[in-house]
Amino acid sequence: MSRTPVLSPVRTIFLILAAASVLLVSALRAAPAPSARQLVAEAALAEDAAKKRELIGRLMGQSDPAIAPLLEAWRTDALFVFTAPDGAKIPVQLTGEKDPAGTQAAARIDTGAPLADAAGQPLRLAASALAAVEHTSSLRRAMKAVLDLADLAAPAPAVRIKAILTIGLAQDAEKLPALVARLGVETDPGVIRALRESIAIARLKDADDAVKLTALGELRELNSLASTDFLTRALKEAETAEKPALVKAAKDALRAVEGHRSFVDFFGTLFRGVSLGSILLIAALGLAITFGLMRVINMAHGEMIAVGAYTTYLVQNIFGAGITIPFFGFSLPIFGLNLTGAAYQWYFIAALPLSFLAAALVGIGLERSVIRFLYRRPLESLLATWGVSLVMQQGLRLMFGANNVQVSSPVYLSGNWTVNDIIFGWNRVFVVGFAILIVFGMWLVLTKTPLGLLIRASMQNRTMASCMGVRTERVNMLTFGLGSGLAGLAGAFLSQIGNVGPSLGQGYIIDSFMVVVVGGVGSIGGTIISAFGIGGIDQVLQQYLPSIAPGLTWVPGIGSFLQNLAQDAAVFGKILVLAGIILFLQWRPAGLFVTRSRNLED
Amino acid sequence: MSAATVRRIEWIAVAVIAFALIVLVPLLHANGAISNFWISVFGKWLCYALLAISVDLLWGYTGLLSLGQALFFTLGGYMHGMYLMRMIGELGQYKKPIPDFLVFLGWERLPAFWEPFASFPFALTMVFVVPGVIAYLFGFLAFRSRIKGVYFSILTQALTYAASIMFFRNNLLLGGNNGFTDFKFILGYKLNEPGTIRGLYLATAVTLLLVFLFCRWLSKTKFGLVQQAIRDGENRVLFSGYATAHFKLFIFVVAALIAAVGGALYTPQVGIINPGEMQADKSLEAVVWVAVGGRGTLLGPIVGAISINALKSWATTAYPDLWLIILGGLFILVVLFLPGGIVSIPARLKALAQKLRAKPEAAAPAKP
Repeated sequence: MSRTPVLSPVRTIFLILAAASVLLVSALRAAPAPSARQLVAEAALAEDAAKKRELIGRLMGQSDPAIAPLLEAWRTDALFVFTAPDGAKIPVQLTGEKDPAGTQAAARIDTGAPLADAAGQPLRLAASALAAVEHTSSLRRAMKAVLDLADLAAPAPAVRIKAILTIGLAQDAEKLPALVARLGVETDPGVIRALRESIAIARLKDADDAVKLTALGELRELNSLASTDFLTRALKEAETAEKPALVKAAKDALRAVEGHRSFVDFFGTLFRGVSLGSILLIAALGLAITFGLMRVINMAHGEMIAVGAYTTYLVQNIFGAGITIPFFGFSLPIFGLNLTGAAYQWYFIAALPLSFLAAALVGIGLERSVIRFLYRRPLESLLATWGVSLVMQQGLRLMFGANNVQVSSPVYLSGNWTVNDIIFGWNRVFVVGFAILIVFGMWLVLTKTPLGLLIRASMQNRTMASCMGVRTERVNMLTFGLGSGLAGLAGAFLSQIGNVGPSLGQGYIIDSFMVVVVGGVGSIGGTIISAFGIGGIDQVLQQYLPSIAPGLTWVPGIGSFLQNLAQDAAVFGKILVLAGIILFLQWRPAGLFVTRSRNLED
Repeated sequence: MSAATVRRIEWIAVAVIAFALIVLVPLLHANGAISNFWISVFGKWLCYALLAISVDLLWGYTGLLSLGQALFFTLGGYMHGMYLMRMIGELGQYKKPIPDFLVFLGWERLPAFWEPFASFPFALTMVFVVPGVIAYLFGFLAFRSRIKGVYFSILTQALTYAASIMFFRNNLLLGGNNGFTDFKFILGYKLNEPGTIRGLYLATAVTLLLVFLFCRWLSKTKFGLVQQAIRDGENRVLFSGYATAHFKLFIFVVAALIAAVGGALYTPQVGIINPGEMQADKSLEAVVWVAVGGRGTLLGPIVGAISINALKSWATTAYPDLWLIILGGLFILVVLFLPGGIVSIPARLKALAQKLRAKPEAAAPAKP
């Protein structure tokens, strides 16, 4: 028997299989899973509607940014099929400008590359000569589902979170698998949290009690504020179905969420209180100098704030396209630098010193022309400066119009910062930081500079300072300028927070005076404490008044009336704060910090 | 000129003005020489004169610059306005027995506190009670803790501000932004008939005369003298054994009542009352009238209120853009250069004339 190598049938089969598997693997490598573009192209060519839907469905959850524009084009009849001379059908999109013949450049759907003829020359096609790809309503629905889920894979986390929460809050069970799939690949912690939250909320509708229990546990752990309504509903359902385990889990979750809510409310209120306090402080600091140190009642303080805000507006326009100001029949054109982009964003930084200077100059002018004649007559200075405030308001109105002007926020002042569901607006954070900075700066000026020394000397004892050779007249002028300049700086900041209009100052004047009076006239430290105190109390009242409103019905006669009023938390809170201030002054008539004096008339 | 002659001239001036306002103007109106529109405008100015007197009683006579008089004025106006609203009956736009704005807010029945205002005597009592009580409470707290000077001004301004933001709300059930308007009847008379208009004007003019005489009398009593002493040196009065807080509280309430009566007369003649009237600016405007007319006199506020409002009527149509600048500028000038106001001009001119006459005599000996 010759020992010729014979292939046994078993080995033959084995070898064939091995060869086939090698071939198969290499074939798979050569042709990887079709791209989103290829899928769309294939779907456009498919004859069968069900096949089309199936192909579109395979796009679900893919993150290719090309999907949305392609489907959008399809839905708006902008997807065409081009039949090449050799009979091949190629789906295309028309791009670019139309030339006089009505033709446009064409791009292949499957690759995105320009369509070329056999010689490799780019082809130009006319839309009228092509057939648009059809779409039925069921197909459009499939596309919409894809588009909804496409955002799940959007590059920006904020867009992903929004898409995820939209699905979750709709409790859409059909899209649940997409969320679960996404959870497996997601890396951003914020998005992961949103995914877990949405999945759990969606699972509250699940038929299986065990799934529901897990979901409730998850929501409790997440302290999901968005889930309150769903939890309440789940609790009701569980109660009617008499499932004690579910009831308990739902109650636990609700309690945790409510606890978290009061935590968030508390710190949110605290932050709003601090930021309102900073606003009050910034607005009142200038007054703490002119009223507190100099004892001048400057009713035009609010207009100094407005001058600062309008200076910011002017600087913005100078950085931008320029502006023309009508002024008593003349018009004053101001040319702009026409800056754009990052350079333009610097306008706000440039406006800060300028608004200080502008208001300081106006203040010095006011001091020289009116106030210096009235140092010994405080009531008269109140009246004269009110006259000044009327004139300035009307002047601003004539120059800039009676309507509010637009002051845009630079990019670094817009946006939010959310920590643990507590929202911190950048502009508010900035105002708080700025308030600290400005207080520190003022402290430096008053205690560490020669000017500060002269200011304090003149304010403590004008006659004595004058005897020692201090030119008190000049010190008065500079002090008033400093106070007004601070008001102008406040205006620059307030332009980022509220509207800028001719009566901008009126909104702050009473609050500013209250802050200074409560703090103790002449005490900068008192001004700081009272600003934060008033700001904090105001926000606390606004937050919690509506919840105590129903409890006011017991008041005889006017109970329902009070309740009605308390619903208006913003206004009622303000009134309570003012009433509180009047009562506070019963207890401490000279404010928190009394500047001691032996003078009977002080 | 002796003091007695000055007083006689003053009385003659008062009598002439009173005659013109109380007899002449209504006669001319009945005659047709003054239109309905103008007699209402005169009536409005006289109401403002009442407000000005109340400011002057505090500021000019007691040294208390109250920026809250517009609040008491408006409160008086609102109390009377509530009666007038009830008198509309079912003639409102919605043809319902309750005021239109309540229908608009979704009310079916009248809120309880509106109920008694259908009675004129009740509303009239409230015109005095509500501003009086508020003035008493606020004054009690303020004067007890010896809040004075500019602090008093700022606090009264804050009080007015608080009240105005409250009255701007619909929830107060007092008409919100729009306040009360569209009045139809007063005491059964139609408000748009010339006779009613004349009657209201006459009532205002007579009230003004009575208030003037009352204040004149008050300022001559011992009380009035103490009051003026408080203005000039509160501590001395205090150390002389007078409880100045009581005096101030009394005059503060009296002034509030005068302002409230002015407001109550204002509402039917102007035909609308809204929270805009109680904003801080309005109080300050009243202070301008007093300052321009002459504070510390009783004729001054009346002259000031009428002349500034006449100027306003003219300027707001002729130079609408410049009116506030005129008002503000006028105020600055008067405070700086004419602290005595218009009524001090004759005395100033006389002093000037005397000085001019004295100069040549004084210069004469210098010549060799």
